[in-house]
Amino acid sequence: MAEHQVLLVTGARKGIGRHLAEHYTASGYLVVGCSREPSEYQHENYRHFSLDVAEEPGVLALFGEIRKTYGRLDVLINNAGIASMNHVLLTPIRTVKRILDTNVVGTFLFSREAAKLMRKRKHGRIVNFSSVATPLKLPGEAIYAASKAAIVHLTKVMAFELASFGITVNAVGPTPVKTDLVRSVPPFKMDALIARQAVPRWGEFRDISNVVDFFLKPESDFVTGQVLHLGGISND
Amino acid sequence: MKTARENTEKSNIDEATVMGAILSAIRNYNLEVPPDRRIPETSEAPLFGRHGTLDSLGLVNLIVMVEEQFQDVHDRAITLADERAVSQERSPFRNVPSLAAYICLLLNEGNHG
Repeated sequence: MAEHQVLLVTGARKGIGRHLAEHYTASGYLVVGCSREPSEYQHENYRHFSLDVAEEPGVLALFGEIRKTYGRLDVLINNAGIASMNHVLLTPIRTVKRILDTNVVGTFLFSREAAKLMRKRKHGRIVNFSSVATPLKLPGEAIYAASKAAIVHLTKVMAFELASFGITVNAVGPTPVKTDLVRSVPPFKMDALIARQAVPRWGEFRDISNVVDFFLKPESDFVTGQVLHLGGISND
Repeated sequence: MKTARENTEKSNIDEATVMGAILSAIRNYNLEVPPDRRIPETSEAPLFGRHGTLDSLGLVNLIVMVEEQFQDVHDRAITLADERAVSQERSPFRNVPSLAAYICLLLNEGNHG
């Protein structure tokens, strides 16, 4: 790349977000990551910020720092997400609000501020995270699946609203990947879920970065408002 | 990175500074649009609505540019997309004076980093 592009990934401390931070620093991006806790990842082209993705003052301060330091933002990956396995009748409202805040409010807030920065150069890529939990309508994942359904719709509407600024908005819908997100789910449930996929295996980090790579390609400027689920799961 | 509290503790921005920031944003906006869509660079210029030259997308662009002025020049993060902005019967975006008054109101409330 002739000039370093700047990429922001949320939820970058561990799991998929950490993989993406490493993958894109290795690809030549200047990567900014954030999460609630500090990160142990060290790289000359990586900076980490500790914040809650749904808290507006901290998020505005982060974008202010990106503007001052780099003057640009080329890519936003809204990876931060939390889940909670619960029957509807046993789900506390506190849990509902926490999941919606991180998954939906966080994605919206980061997208809004990122688009303001991307607008200047009339170029940008926003990649959101849906989940196969939404098309599969997984029992026990009502709020998580609903939050990801909201992200699907945000993705599709933002694709229209931001197209005139040269910004594409797409989403990747991973199958289960062995991260903290699924650690508390009983193994027999995970096996049953994976059996519903066309390709019945656990997802790997590279499966996700492969889709994100595709969305980020310069040639993908005509691809927007799309949700690409992995493992053969589809929206229908 | 500054916290929101650190930012709100900064000195107040006066009305003349607000007007200057709006006019700078208008100048920047005019650089990006064809001559027939430019906004008069005056402190009384109409912006949006019956007498304004901005369409809805133009308004979005101008608002973001005004926010950028406050961020870049005055180191103040301000979000103009306040609920009241779209629900007020008389939109604060109808002309430069109404926008300036609206921004002064937001700054005086002290809840913008």
